[in-house]
Amino acid sequence: MSDDLIELLTTSTTSTTSTTSTTSPTDEGERLAALRAALVDRATKEASVDVTYRVVDSPVGALLLAATDAGVVRVAFDVEDHDRVLESLGTRIGSRILRGGNRLDPLARELDDYFAARRRAFDVPVDLRLARGFRLSVLSHLTQIPYGATESYAQVASASGSPSAVRAVGSACATNPLPIVVPCHRVVRSDGSLGGYLGGLTAKEHLLGLERGQR
Amino acid sequence: MKRPFEQAVTEHGAVVLRVCRAAIGPDEADDAWSETFLSALRAWPDLPDDANVRAWLVTIAHRKAVDVARTGARQAVPVAEVPDALAPRGDQPEEVLPDGDLWAALAALPDKQRLCVAYHHVAGLPHPEVARIVGGTAAAARRAAADGIARLRSTYAPEERVSLHV
Repeated sequence: MSDDLIELLTTSTTSTTSTTSTTSPTDEGERLAALRAALVDRATKEASVDVTYRVVDSPVGALLLAATDAGVVRVAFDVEDHDRVLESLGTRIGSRILRGGNRLDPLARELDDYFAARRRAFDVPVDLRLARGFRLSVLSHLTQIPYGATESYAQVASASGSPSAVRAVGSACATNPLPIVVPCHRVVRSDGSLGGYLGGLTAKEHLLGLERGQR
Repeated sequence: MKRPFEQAVTEHGAVVLRVCRAAIGPDEADDAWSETFLSALRAWPDLPDDANVRAWLVTIAHRKAVDVARTGARQAVPVAEVPDALAPRGDQPEEVLPDGDLWAALAALPDKQRLCVAYHHVAGLPHPEVARIVGGTAAAARRAAADGIARLRSTYAPEERVSLHV
């Protein structure tokens, strides 16, 4: 006799050759999905999870949304490599990271509205623990730039209290843990050209166009 | 462990569920799975980065399975004698698993054989690792797994599965 029995034990999801079986191969998958959903709910309730996350589609590509119990802690573009972003959250915040839960539902809805031009600002709680010092001052100022407006890196440097720190403003924007929500896309060069963007220039163009009513 | 715990759920969640089913039966397996992963999540940051995650999860699952089986309303432990016919659980349609009669045959194995089959063949752990979890020597674990498989071959409704044995 061959090892078919052992094969059945190890690959039971696909071994539905039994005529008595009434279960489809997807049932184990569905059951597992339900168990995983219950796990993230319980873990969130008893606060034994550091970060929960979900991935949403958007006109600027798939966005990773991550939150702690204090608020949204990270928004990441596809080009940032979501796996690497999660690894980094594991190191910097804590590795008890689970996908799912409902913590990020409000942000997902607000993003939908934002991309449909029905919303101009985000009012979900944010957790800015990934930004420190001058970068944090820059991010605080960015939330003051109105929807549809732009400022130059130099203007942001002055407004953040260090007029000479133009390059530091650039790196604060490049390391913004909450792009879109904290609108670093509204910072452009003094000559009006786009400058850089952590989500790529196409994404920056899209966001600025959207806010000018061009999308 | 600094890797996101979600990776452990993705990589090992399905196997641990199957191990729980093999170890204590489908009725209690979901509870054992939930308790296992909740415990594992709490302890995750303290797990060394080079740990064997699957072996660690199965070790927790073993303890949870013992707990769940002990407190469960109906203990999903083997009967002393192998029944002549192992009927599928048609009375509980939603509990019928893929190949429900295979799981019934597993449930009818003696404790140690069933656990060694679950941890070696279903979880894929080497015999010394299995021995560390169930107690005894690696040789004994190997023998129990082999005996368990041999017994399954004789009890697991062979005449209905001719097509599988060609």
